[in-house]
Amino acid sequence: MTQPVELLRRFTRTQRWVHRSTAALMGLCVATAAMLYLGPLSVLVGRRHLVAAVHVYAGMALPVPILAGVVSAAYRHDLSLLNRFTAADRAWLRSRDRRAGRIPIGKFNPGQKLNAAFVAGSILVMLGTGLLMRYANAWPVRWRTGATFVHDWLAYAVVAVVAGHLWFASRDPVARLGMRTGLVPRYWARREHPAWEAASSNDR
Amino acid sequence: MSAAGSPVGRRVIIGMLAVGTVGVATGAGIQRRLERILAPIQNGDPTGLTNLLPDAGGFRFYSVTASVPTRTAADYRLRVTGLVGRPATFTLDQLHAMPQTALTRDFQCVTGWRVAAVPWSGVALADLLDAVAIQPGAQAVTIRSFDGVYTESLTLDQARRPDVLVALNMLGAPVTHEHGGPVRLYVAPMYGYKSLKWLSDIEVTDRVQPGYWEQDGYDVDAWVGHSNGRDDDATS
Repeated sequence: MTQPVELLRRFTRTQRWVHRSTAALMGLCVATAAMLYLGPLSVLVGRRHLVAAVHVYAGMALPVPILAGVVSAAYRHDLSLLNRFTAADRAWLRSRDRRAGRIPIGKFNPGQKLNAAFVAGSILVMLGTGLLMRYANAWPVRWRTGATFVHDWLAYAVVAVVAGHLWFASRDPVARLGMRTGLVPRYWARREHPAWEAASSNDR
Repeated sequence: MSAAGSPVGRRVIIGMLAVGTVGVATGAGIQRRLERILAPIQNGDPTGLTNLLPDAGGFRFYSVTASVPTRTAADYRLRVTGLVGRPATFTLDQLHAMPQTALTRDFQCVTGWRVAAVPWSGVALADLLDAVAIQPGAQAVTIRSFDGVYTESLTLDQARRPDVLVALNMLGAPVTHEHGGPVRLYVAPMYGYKSLKWLSDIEVTDRVQPGYWEQDGYDVDAWVGHSNGRDDDATS
């Protein structure tokens, strides 16, 4: 006799849409950045005005889904979970068997927390330096050069971190299912997020 | 242990904002130093890998149109028209047969990047203008690109400076397509947007016609260090 798989509610519709919209805008920013920045691609695509405009507006829109998500209590709760590092998180980062489910980490593992913080910080710094470049005439020229410097180097870090995020997602189909449908099986939660699993009741 | 834990996320974000702010304040100086170190390596790097470094010197490639046709020695033509006694069309071979001028100068972009000590050579624009016999009343040149969109302009005095070239070679080799080859302009004392790529037409006119970026607010007289609100060291 087979047991039905127990499902836990991991993300609400709001949380998934924030993630989806942020991902789409980030993808647009990275793609247009590559067209503006990498010589051969730049010459191949051309249309510098148009590509730059898409890049600028996608960048300006990037914080909007996150800010809009704050109206949701579930989203605010997740933000506070992402913000806080527990003793279990530190132990998890130090351990060699962090995927064994031995260390009672909560809804998000410390890697996810650092990723979220880095992405949030990046969006703010990229937005700030982007605005400095976009409205360059309003400030001293040195700031524009400095802003370009920061924007360019941070762009490489952002690409590396986003690639890492996609890499981890590519290795965990259940995590992707959770982001796609909002539901994850209990056995997965017990292994990946034991403390969260212990505190969660079934979705149905 | 507090159940909530410490606010590492907030610290990361505040830390990034702090580093970003310091970076904006000091980035101009750091970048200048990096460019000085890396540009010579980059310009001689056959793999092109160092070009992937951000802000580390070397050229960035700007193109304003959807695509730029490729021209070779076989089908390249440079037309010189307008207020001239002998309108002319030059092939690449004919340009190579003219007296060649070589100079080594920095290339400064108005957006801040600079490539140190780039070797250039080609026909001095002054020599080319002499060859077509400029007529009285001529005051300026309008220069066009075979990308079909980009234009530039110089006063006749500017165009006749010895450091303004119809460049056939840069970095010790024929100008590549990405760099605006086979033939581009190089206006040594001015910001990079004056150094039009994929040169196809030079028209001698009775007044300056502002070019592509100039219609967008860039200065028409684009002297490095004395225009566009910038104070870079002069390039020529």
